[in-house]
Amino acid sequence: MSPTDPTDPTDSTDRDAASAPGALLRVRGLRKSFGPNQVLQSVDLAVGRGHVLALIGPSGSGKTTILRCLNGLELADGGTIDVAAEVSLDFGTPPSKKQLAALRDRSAMVFQHYNLFPHKTVLENVLEGPVVVQRRPKAEVEAEALALLDRVGLSAKKDSYPFELSGGQQQRVGIVRALALRPQLLLFDEPTSSLDPELVGDILRLIKELAVEGWSMVIVTHELEFAREVATEVAFVDGGRIVEHGDPKQMLRNPKEERTRQFLHRLLFPF
Amino acid sequence: MNQSAWELFWTSLGPIVHGAIAGTIPLALASFAIGITLALGLALMRLSRRRWVSGIARVYISIVRGTPLLVQLFVIFYGLPSLGILIDPWPSAVVAFSLNVGGYAAEVIRAAILSVPKGQWEAAYMIGMSHRRALTRIILPQAARVSVPPLSNTFISLVKDTSLASLILVTELFREAQQVAAFSQEFMLLYLEAALVYWVICLGLSSIQSVLEKRLDRYVAH
Ligand SMILES: Nc1ncnc2c1ncn2[C@@H]1O[C@H](COP(=O)(O)OP(=O)(O)OP(=O)(O)O)[C@@H](O)[C@H]1O
Ligand SMILES: [Mg+2]
Repeated sequence: MSPTDPTDPTDSTDRDAASAPGALLRVRGLRKSFGPNQVLQSVDLAVGRGHVLALIGPSGSGKTTILRCLNGLELADGGTIDVAAEVSLDFGTPPSKKQLAALRDRSAMVFQHYNLFPHKTVLENVLEGPVVVQRRPKAEVEAEALALLDRVGLSAKKDSYPFELSGGQQQRVGIVRALALRPQLLLFDEPTSSLDPELVGDILRLIKELAVEGWSMVIVTHELEFAREVATEVAFVDGGRIVEHGDPKQMLRNPKEERTRQFLHRLLFPF
Repeated sequence: MNQSAWELFWTSLGPIVHGAIAGTIPLALASFAIGITLALGLALMRLSRRRWVSGIARVYISIVRGTPLLVQLFVIFYGLPSLGILIDPWPSAVVAFSLNVGGYAAEVIRAAILSVPKGQWEAAYMIGMSHRRALTRIILPQAARVSVPPLSNTFISLVKDTSLASLILVTELFREAQQVAAFSQEFMLLYLEAALVYWVICLGLSSIQSVLEKRLDRYVAH
């Protein structure tokens, strides 16, 4: 189990890969408004192959909206999104359904509230995309899905319904559902923030393993320690802009911008 | 009750039950099946982003819900012939009841679709589904679960409402009772007997409803 296009993880020390021409994901000038409320001002970001971008920032700053635009769940008003050499969208003119579907095909999202299909079993949740949508052979996909479920310790639950699982188990199914789609890019939206504290570690460890294996990902998180250890790059989002981005070890300890400093301080000393 | 009243009760039970089996129940089933199909279409039209599409559905639903069922039935059976459209009693009744159920059930189905959390649409899109596929494979199965109780009530109401078809000469439960009553002049007995048979049918339907709800509940926590 590795991304369709695995890269040599040894080059992960190359911090400039994200801005190099070969970046997997490149976003420029992304804008999005809801009515009069301009939620994304002009977002630029890039993710290299096998890299992990952590998005941090205050509530309402637009982090979820960025992920939703990347997955085509939200239609940006302007700007461009390029994924590898295959997808290149300019939102200056509304993209066609086909272009949007192509964008969506490249990435898979893990939701804050899991969003598993409650009327389908664990295994059916995982198979739905690859078998029904991607039309891959069922036997092959099922073997792969069972291996993934086994890996996250849930093979015994394959015939259970989501309501029979704990939050941590549901989120692991959510991650397996995303992996089974064989995306080039994994998107995580606060994957641990609806979990009981003692379950958070399991999920973060799993995500870290995926990062080490070379999956490319964008992850919205408030877990600074996790970002420091796992992310290749961290970006601070505020008021619909990337205010500051850089190496997680440096930026989280010694941010340049005052707003970043304030945010990190609040996160470390909530009261 | 005296001896002859009992006798009349038992002998009239035959035609009344026959009216239920050959008239009331098939009439209700056929109208419900057609009506629900219509309702699903209307519900989807109501949810359409195209103004005129949802507008048409809105006006239709408003008319059906804002006019008496008996009047709808009379328009179709007694009114249409003056436009040269002659429909037999049975099909007239099926048409009227279907159109009526369509209007009422459309709002139930629309509400059920809207009750499915937005995250379900997003997860469906995320795995690459089109709108249509998300609707049929992810949203409608969950909406169906939500709409079983209210639609069961719609069906039970429909069973009782089919008694109105006696007024356009459809041979069903109540018309059979009326005919025996007119012949025997035992109005109280026969109308109470008809009421009893309706009640028994509705009790049966209620228990089917609760079995159905339990089965559909299997993936929902309590
Ligand atoms: N569908 C929508 N319609 C209208 N406004 C929206 C919509 N989605 C998001 N917003 C608004 O956009 C802003 C950014 O929302 P977003 O969910 O992206 O923030 P966030 O950074 O993910 O916040 P949080 O940390 O609380 O999850 C908020 O002010 C929110 O109210
Ligand atoms: Mg968010």
